[in-house]
Amino acid sequence: MTLRKYLVLFGVAVFAVTGDSLVSRGMKEVGGVSLHHLSGIVLVVFRPEIALGVLFLLAFFACYMAALSWADLTYVLPATSVSFILLTLVARFILHENVSLARWLGVLMISIGVGFVTQGPALTPQPRRRESHDRLAVPVSARIEP
Amino acid sequence: MKQLYAWSAVACIVLTSTAGDVLLSRAMKQVGDVAELRRHSGLAHVLGRILRNPNFVLAILAMATAFYAMLFGLSWADVSLVVPASTSLTFVSNAAAAKIFLHERVDHRRWLAALFVAGGVILLAL
Repeated sequence: MTLRKYLVLFGVAVFAVTGDSLVSRGMKEVGGVSLHHLSGIVLVVFRPEIALGVLFLLAFFACYMAALSWADLTYVLPATSVSFILLTLVARFILHENVSLARWLGVLMISIGVGFVTQGPALTPQPRRRESHDRLAVPVSARIEP
Repeated sequence: MKQLYAWSAVACIVLTSTAGDVLLSRAMKQVGDVAELRRHSGLAHVLGRILRNPNFVLAILAMATAFYAMLFGLSWADVSLVVPASTSLTFVSNAAAAKIFLHERVDHRRWLAALFVAGGVILLAL
């Protein structure tokens, strides 16, 4: 694993937390959206907070796709669950919310899960993957890293 | 009856989001390392390869279905039930689906990681 790849995984976690938080805050200000006035749900994306949140969520999706292009799904998902830990730390130390013992235990369990998965290889060695015939495609099997 | 609706929504979210993740993972493996591809042939080429991949299109459809199932689930039950239940079960179902459909080597370390993260997500929701 190179530093660039760790940064991509960190990007998945950070962008997801930031995007979700911004959209959630924006939607709370908007209030309930009625199913009878669906135009309201389209117009909310023009609110600055929600627009910024959507941009962060797009960045999250780009990083997530990039990570899946060189790592297993069963590696990327637990490794990027660092976002749950970040969210709890933000809630406690920036938003000064009360974090219960059960939630701290949850953070501990997620940290252990992340530790388990990141110690192993990121990609399952495949003898031969069915790639497209494009010569520019980089065979995944040639990029196995510890 | 509402409980039945809520758990049906959770099952639908888990199934569709797992399908979305597995299809997206397969699509991106077929595309190849995006950073190296971009260096060789530019961003437009990478985007073209991704958008033309049928698995990518199916993945987006599955994820959109999961999103709407989540909205329906939230209208039938509390967020404190729907979100942690679907998120934690998705971690476990993804591990099984990746082993079956993507032939990933899901060893005891990865199973433990999925189970610990799933358990942690449930505790965070308490």
